Amino acid sequence: MTQVDRSLTEWALDETRRAGASGAEVLCVSAESLAAGVRLGEVEKLKSSRERRIGLRVFVGQSSATAATAEFDRDGLREFIAHTVTMARLAAADPAAGLPDPALHPKEFPDLELADVERGIVGADEALDLARRAERAALGADPRIRNSEGAEFDSGRYEIFFANSNGFAGGYAGTSFNLGVAPIAQDENGAMQQGFWHTASRHFRNLEDPEAVGATAAKRALRRLGARKIKTTRAPVVFDPDMAASLLRSVAGAASGPSLYKGASFLLNKLGERIAAPNVTIYDDGTLKGMLGSKPFDGDGLPTSRKALVKEGVLATYLLDTYSARKLKLASTGNAARGVGDAPTVSSTNLYLQPGSSTPEQIIRSVKRGLYVTELIGFGVNAVTGDYSRGAGGLWIEDGELAYPVQEITIAGNLREMFQAVEMIGDDLRWRAAVVAPTIKIAEMTIAGE
Amino acid sequence: MANDLVQPEKFFLNRFGMNESALERILGSALERKADYADLYFEHRSAEGLGLEESMVNHTSKSVSHGVGVRVCAEDRTGYAYSDEVTIDRMRMAAEAARAIADQRSGAIAPVAVGNRVARHELYELESTPLEIPLDERARLLHQIDEMARAADPRIRNVMASFAAERKIVMVVTSEGRIAADIQPLCRLNVSVIADDGKSRQVGSFGGGGRVEWKYFFENDRWKDYVRHAVHQAVINLDAVDAPAGEMVVVLGNGWPGILLHEAIGHGLEGDFNRKGVSAFSGRIGQRVASELCTVIDDGTIANRRGSLNVDDEGTPTSRTVLIENGVLRGYLQDRMNARLMKMAPTGNGRRESFAHAPMPRMTNTFMLAGESTPEDIIKSVKRGLYAVSFGGGQVDITNGKFVFSASEAYLIEDGRTTRPVKGATLIGNGPDVLTRVSMVGNDLALDSGVGTCGKDGQSVPVGVGLPTIRIDGITVGGTRA
Repeated sequence: MTQVDRSLTEWALDETRRAGASGAEVLCVSAESLAAGVRLGEVEKLKSSRERRIGLRVFVGQSSATAATAEFDRDGLREFIAHTVTMARLAAADPAAGLPDPALHPKEFPDLELADVERGIVGADEALDLARRAERAALGADPRIRNSEGAEFDSGRYEIFFANSNGFAGGYAGTSFNLGVAPIAQDENGAMQQGFWHTASRHFRNLEDPEAVGATAAKRALRRLGARKIKTTRAPVVFDPDMAASLLRSVAGAASGPSLYKGASFLLNKLGERIAAPNVTIYDDGTLKGMLGSKPFDGDGLPTSRKALVKEGVLATYLLDTYSARKLKLASTGNAARGVGDAPTVSSTNLYLQPGSSTPEQIIRSVKRGLYVTELIGFGVNAVTGDYSRGAGGLWIEDGELAYPVQEITIAGNLREMFQAVEMIGDDLRWRAAVVAPTIKIAEMTIAGE
Repeated sequence: MANDLVQPEKFFLNRFGMNESALERILGSALERKADYADLYFEHRSAEGLGLEESMVNHTSKSVSHGVGVRVCAEDRTGYAYSDEVTIDRMRMAAEAARAIADQRSGAIAPVAVGNRVARHELYELESTPLEIPLDERARLLHQIDEMARAADPRIRNVMASFAAERKIVMVVTSEGRIAADIQPLCRLNVSVIADDGKSRQVGSFGGGGRVEWKYFFENDRWKDYVRHAVHQAVINLDAVDAPAGEMVVVLGNGWPGILLHEAIGHGLEGDFNRKGVSAFSGRIGQRVASELCTVIDDGTIANRRGSLNVDDEGTPTSRTVLIENGVLRGYLQDRMNARLMKMAPTGNGRRESFAHAPMPRMTNTFMLAGESTPEDIIKSVKRGLYAVSFGGGQVDITNGKFVFSASEAYLIEDGRTTRPVKGATLIGNGPDVLTRVSMVGNDLALDSGVGTCGKDGQSVPVGVGLPTIRIDGITVGGTRA
């Protein structure tokens, strides 16, 4: 972190005190990035950005206010801080509000390798070339790939410095690299299907080859051609790894402190109870080196940790920040997340389903008639009840083989029942994102079609 | 209101020490490499939020941001750079970064004379914005909401209410010499309740707002309607039965169910997707895509609406665009770049989330014109089907046209009468096909209450939707009862 941020943060903390705050946190974030896009081989866009924001949370007793600004001029900032303290005075005194217990702040920070030390932001020419290679591989994969929504390579670097009036101060820097491509396949009747694939990492060298990304995207577009609707039925549903990861996100949302203390979760009062089949173990681990969801401390300045969210089917912990932990009379799990201008909320860090022993092929082969889901759209997940109904697309399985593509159908159930009905878990866990899962099979769901 | 706020253009020129000749020099620098077009977008946004939980207004927040985005277009290429430091030096650096998109050849610097002031609409000339209402007065309304919701039904266990207000001041200056500026107020009141009867637990939500004054929420006790709707939705869902699964007749209620048009039609008609030929609607202008009962409009010029703008984020005045007329596809939604490349006129639909984003074609307020049937007759006409009156979010795959939207309040229709409430189900259909199945259109067009936010390519913008009650003769309902 820069000396500027450290001294600005200390100055801002002093200002909050002068304005009458009894406690405060200051967060400085600076970020820069470059995104480069090509379409059909030609340069389509270049976007470069640089921003710097300062976020505050101030306490007057147990009343608080959060604020953010891009104003760094000291006079302007002083006025802004004073106004934020005034706002805090107007808020209700909340018994659960306040800074964390100072004893819980870490004294040292692990090096989680969040920043690529070899590569900074990738320059425009190289970024365009990487995007072009991915798109060329997709366009060249098959004559039916006739169009493209383009390919984009972005890279970014950010620095965070966070301090509070109890003496905690820490900072870290991170990088990210992302390459995505979206080719479009067209069949003889003119019907189009998009395929999308991407690779993302904090370290440039861990990205998939552009050619592999393009080939996968083309394959995903091509296998959707000729997709049809099927009759309404009940059948086993196999989720590919990315779709299985979306189920994990729903569980993490329902297990997060704010959903629970508001009573807006189907996992309310389920701590220590069986909520999934015994083969289901889900970890949340913010301490993994180099991973997208890792960080040395959370949005409250507390250490992140590794813990089982679900252990052999039993809900082992909730995901909590300091505030929601106090509300629920539990201890923070180091899952506070925060945007610059927002009060802390809760988020998983690196969330993953522990892999099983079956190959994805074995899982598909185990299904006589069922659905292999590769796309889900819409927001049909009710965290309060667990009711689940989403638009789906994928491949129909007949006698253990992927038979033909299907679309314009929905899959429905309830998350409680779906997790109890996890029959098989694949061995194909890949760290493609902060939330990842292997292929999974759910014994039965309702599939709505014609 | 201070004088510099009344004149948004002066606000930027004074605040950041700019003048027209400085802006011209930066635009000239942006065009240095044979670009066709460049623009500067200045934005200053201030926002405040209040939140109530467990009968306490314990969340208060405030945010101020400002910045400038520099865009350079050369044929179908876009270079974009932005900075949150609004200084001549920073803008020159951004212009240099953005112009990298153009050819390396140095051409003649295009002459620019800034000064062609765009005549904008006057859709939200407010006497004061809710930001000027004292915080404790805003907090008082949230407490009243909490009390009313808890008193409405003993099964209401928790109430969350929030009020968010912002004011954006924007100015666009283009290499064609246009200059447009606007002040854009926006606010939203939300009520969310949890009902619990010991057996089941349900959530109900309602909200509204727009580019309106504080008193809007008190006209005809409007805020009380929000509370009633939220409580009704939560309580009614306590007794909801599993939704049916499969294709059936669906009646959509008026207002917010217009999200159907947004997902099924609107996105597929955005100019960028059609220029690239990647939309299921590409090349279909003049073709029948809906029953002749359907006329669908996008209109950014309706006073005080959440989706309305005096000028879009490229400085074009917004307009009323006919998308579908009596079932025939008529038009696309355009920003300036896609309009130019498709040799069409811009429609005032170039929008962006903030100075950190380049504009693209987006919807404003999208709705279907009223028909002649009464809503009662429409329900009476259905032997067995679903009546859906409220929805959560929706999504569309514009390439294959498949869209979904999820019901949050729905009822079975049996023998022409609405009967039992059913659990939220996702509806899935095909955009170019779903409106061909519309067999009745109600006389009760309503616009939504002002809560819509549309996401595209990582950018969120406020939008509106509207619909009369309609009957769709077959759409797949994604329930659990096969």
